[in-house]
Amino acid sequence: MAKHRYSPDVPALSSAFGRRRFLGYLIAAPTLAVGVFGVVQADTPAADASVPSPPQPEEIFDLGDLQNLAAAPTSHLISVRVNPDGTASFAAHRAEVGQGMTTAVAMMIAEELDLPLDKVTITLADARPELVFNQLTGGSNSMRSIYLPVRTAAAIARQQLVAAAAREWNLDPSALSTANGVVTGPGGRRASYGSLAAAAASDKTTPVPAPPLKPSSQFTVLGTPQSRIDALDIVTGKKSFGMDIQVPGALPTMVRRPPTINGTVASVNNTAAVRAMPGVTDIAVISHGVAVRARTFGQCIDAIRALDVTWGPGTVDDTSDATVLAALKAAELPLVVPPLTVTSVNADFTFAFASNSPLEPDNAIADVRSGSAEIWSALKVPIDAQQAIAAMLGMPQDAVTVHVVQGGGSFGRHLFHNVAAEAAEASQRMGKPVKLMWSRTDDFRQGRTHPMCTSRVRANLLLGNVVSYEQRHTSVQTDFSHGLGEMITATAAKLPVGGNLSFAETIFELSQSSPYNFGVTTQLLNEVPLRFNTGSMRNIYSPNVVCAQELVVDRIAAKMGKDPVAFRRRYLKDSRVLAVLNKAAEAGNWGAALPAGMAQGIAVHSEYQAAIACLVQIDCTPATVNRQIQDGVGGPRVTKALVVVDPGFAINPRGLEAQMIGGMNDGIALALTSSLHISNGIPLEGSWDNYFYTRQWNTPLDMQVIVMPATSDSPSGAGELGVAPAFAAVACAYARATGTMPTSFPINHGTLGFTPYPLEPSTPPSPTDGLDNAY
Amino acid sequence: MPTYSFILNGTPVSIDVEGDVRLLWVLRDLLGVTGPKYGCGLEVCKACTSHINGKAFNPCSVPVSQIQPSDEITTIEGLASTAGQDLHPMQQAWLDHDVAQCGYCQPGQIMAAVATVRKVRAEGREITDADLDGIRNICRCGTYSRIRAAIKAGAQNM
Repeated sequence: MAKHRYSPDVPALSSAFGRRRFLGYLIAAPTLAVGVFGVVQADTPAADASVPSPPQPEEIFDLGDLQNLAAAPTSHLISVRVNPDGTASFAAHRAEVGQGMTTAVAMMIAEELDLPLDKVTITLADARPELVFNQLTGGSNSMRSIYLPVRTAAAIARQQLVAAAAREWNLDPSALSTANGVVTGPGGRRASYGSLAAAAASDKTTPVPAPPLKPSSQFTVLGTPQSRIDALDIVTGKKSFGMDIQVPGALPTMVRRPPTINGTVASVNNTAAVRAMPGVTDIAVISHGVAVRARTFGQCIDAIRALDVTWGPGTVDDTSDATVLAALKAAELPLVVPPLTVTSVNADFTFAFASNSPLEPDNAIADVRSGSAEIWSALKVPIDAQQAIAAMLGMPQDAVTVHVVQGGGSFGRHLFHNVAAEAAEASQRMGKPVKLMWSRTDDFRQGRTHPMCTSRVRANLLLGNVVSYEQRHTSVQTDFSHGLGEMITATAAKLPVGGNLSFAETIFELSQSSPYNFGVTTQLLNEVPLRFNTGSMRNIYSPNVVCAQELVVDRIAAKMGKDPVAFRRRYLKDSRVLAVLNKAAEAGNWGAALPAGMAQGIAVHSEYQAAIACLVQIDCTPATVNRQIQDGVGGPRVTKALVVVDPGFAINPRGLEAQMIGGMNDGIALALTSSLHISNGIPLEGSWDNYFYTRQWNTPLDMQVIVMPATSDSPSGAGELGVAPAFAAVACAYARATGTMPTSFPINHGTLGFTPYPLEPSTPPSPTDGLDNAY
Repeated sequence: MPTYSFILNGTPVSIDVEGDVRLLWVLRDLLGVTGPKYGCGLEVCKACTSHINGKAFNPCSVPVSQIQPSDEITTIEGLASTAGQDLHPMQQAWLDHDVAQCGYCQPGQIMAAVATVRKVRAEGREITDADLDGIRNICRCGTYSRIRAAIKAGAQNM
């Protein structure tokens, strides 16, 4: 939604922030604890606007707004606590997977509470079913939905500390001030927050008025660059991820998996022999494999490799890249505006399967007892996990405790709880606690994927203008069954979009919109229900949709004899997108003369209420393309990359910059190198030397991020924002450098650049030559 | 079950374990030293990078039986003390550049960075972009440009 995005042309609805206000509560506790309750105020939609392209749904109400709306009624259950040691703490109802959520939340509390940042502790909340839909991390929504409630709670806490000091000193609160965790008053009176925490506490839960929040002009923390609050723990090896958590008795456990996706176990033929192997304690057949528990993970690998298993079929055994593509082609929705033969631009794009696996493999600890269970895992939708695991175990939901732990990356993978369910299943069958880990090869071959998709685009030109733009996106179905679906169902009736959009179509329509005034504009999704293990990958549909769109925009510009930047300037709808485009063109020296084989590419995008432009320079000269990389791919290299981002208000510019850098490396990988090859029902990729995510030898030598001055008081979403325009800019640069518009991504997908690991056993052995390679 | 001994972060340790168990699991599962991470177990992702007698290596790919009693194994937890400081200059550079995102790969990245700088110093030169291109440690969050900047800065204080 675009309160500030489409001015002056489109008077959009006021933002979800504008519709929300908060009621505060003092929560009964021995120390000061403040909760907030968010309410949504009904608002009348703004009048219709008359523009060349009517607003698409995403422009008036986007996915983040939907999440805000759904989360609002339960926000009161989040609370800020002030402790007797002078620290403040907050159990965040979101996942931390590297995106910097904990740091940003700590900054919000530090700001409104007038407390140094290092005195704020953020932990991750367990699954809390009462939060319903306010405990989902996704859609780059966390900052947007918790910015006001968390600050409000901290501001109330500050007010209560001042009130407590005022009572103690018998002074009017207005005579007191706060700074650095201390209340000060006339005559040199000083009281630390810690000393006031008990006096400010309430013995019953009581409503309190919410004071006004600080205006941004008074910010000293928010909007300033801050380093991650867990940086020291990370660089000293102390940060504890799911894999590092020790639960008594939870021994390493791994799974021998079938040679096709979602295959099943027909029989295990040598259980006794494997149980006798060194370190092995238990073996159990579970839904999609055979679990082995042992003293070390190394012994798990040896044991699962030794198992002799007869497998049943999987869910996509007869499919390969070619059969999936044929199914997509058959399902493409028609383009409805007839091509104008002289001035029509038509293009068809194909995007291969991609993996959303983070570096930390899927893992979970489960301790299932009779009548209760305890789970530890990096989960973005922990309530959904709790419900599903309880049902699987045959227990009431409140018998299952789900702890959310720090994840080593997510990129969408942790929206699902497959590994937590597997751990629970194995623990129940074995009657013992387990720490279950997927092998790297499992993560690529059986883990969730971003599905293959196609995009057909047709644009018609007439009398020097673009009069229609149609895009038909066709994808293997993306699994959204992690609970967002319930939220959609619950909220759908209130949506200001018409028709009976299906679930995925709703997500698509709420996240996609063309930033251009191209006359009649439609972007539609169709899905093919093949039963791959899919899910959202960072930025979901946008990387593919925007890449196709921006390549076509460059082609239209060329057809009209226009420079890509000049063309975009003429047709962009939104002043913020135009501003980032102009900044990128200027700072990135657009149009600089380059040797043959090198070129710049530029792309723009707007989503999550943000605007962004990427300008890259690519080197497609033979010397670079043909670089020899041991066990890897060279190919073209993006040598310079510039990201210009307008996030509305940047809570933490340093963290925002980090997200943009990551988005750029994701975009480079999706354009040039990283994909899964499906062959006979399973991906061939089995390691990071098969799945070619960007490595040092392909990362830009010159990487720059410019954060635009604030255009709003509200933060936009940023965690996924950079992927789509980065991908598109690299594709556009490649097209300009080579003179050929690529239509199949990544560009190297047609050549298998590695020797696949065998499908059986499902996990390869670890090498033994590590000492030979020491350096 | 055989016993294996070595020096771990300056302290002698002994462990009863089968000799073919890779050192990574001895460190993580038996000794509780979790700085070195599992990212593949295939000597590819380099998330477990640690030092043996000052050189970078991947304990996921070394059977514990190959480790000698005199071998000095240094993990991220022991890196600072090799510099006699609270933080190794490379760790400080990582903080100064706020390199980490999720942080899972960063212990291995720092250990690889220190070894790479030592290696080029032994060759009588300073680190180049080509050296940085040659560091294979994967970062799925894509922090590469900050890693490069931090290595160059950290090297100046080594």
